[in-house]
Amino acid sequence: MLNKPRPVFLNLFQIRLPMTAIASILHRVSGVFLFLAIPFFIYLLQLSLQSQAGFESVLSITRSVPLKLLSILLLWALMHHLFAGIRFLLLDIDIGISRSTARISAWLVSLTALLVSILLVGVCL
Amino acid sequence: MKGVTTGLNAWLLQRVSAIYLLLFIVTMPVLLAFLDVSSYLAWKNLMANPFMAVTWVLFFVSIISHAWVGIRDVVIDYVHSFKVRIIVLVILALWLVAMMIWVMQVLLMSQGGAV
Repeated sequence: MLNKPRPVFLNLFQIRLPMTAIASILHRVSGVFLFLAIPFFIYLLQLSLQSQAGFESVLSITRSVPLKLLSILLLWALMHHLFAGIRFLLLDIDIGISRSTARISAWLVSLTALLVSILLVGVCL
Repeated sequence: MKGVTTGLNAWLLQRVSAIYLLLFIVTMPVLLAFLDVSSYLAWKNLMANPFMAVTWVLFFVSIISHAWVGIRDVVIDYVHSFKVRIIVLVILALWLVAMMIWVMQVLLMSQGGAV
């Protein structure tokens, strides 16, 4: 039974993913982005605590254009991971598990993450 | 493999760390906005405060545990060859241990406060 070849169809351009699946895959993608950001974050923390000059160079690094663009991406990643993560925690305790509610909440967390990121970029950068 | 690398323990670790990370990420920026972090001295002295030190150490413990369970799930989903999977997981585990040692060094070295 186990060795019987099954039909496999994995063309991602033809599979229409529901919003729940999109929110889920974005949660994973944003998680990988945040994983990659860990050493850069530690480096900036180290620099900022090392010396006066280090502190100032962190300020100038964070004001540079490429880093601003990168931090916009990371901010979105963090917000999506956070909001979609709260949704998963609620799903774990059986809140919002019906299909229609899950679809609405998938839209809700994805759009909220986008909106909050834009707001934070507007306020902080 | 036993412990945090399997089943319920990993699931639980993921959720517990998620809750701490959530609380930290929401409250720390607000806290920093109300405190003085405008100069090097103020920032360094703030981070030398035991309360800040403990919350930041717990933050990195949480983020690295959380990252481990997450990246492990990703690897298990996409790397099907058992041999390659183990090699990739060992590299990632060592990477995260290195991150942990590095950040603990950074946080503990700043405990003396600014002179």
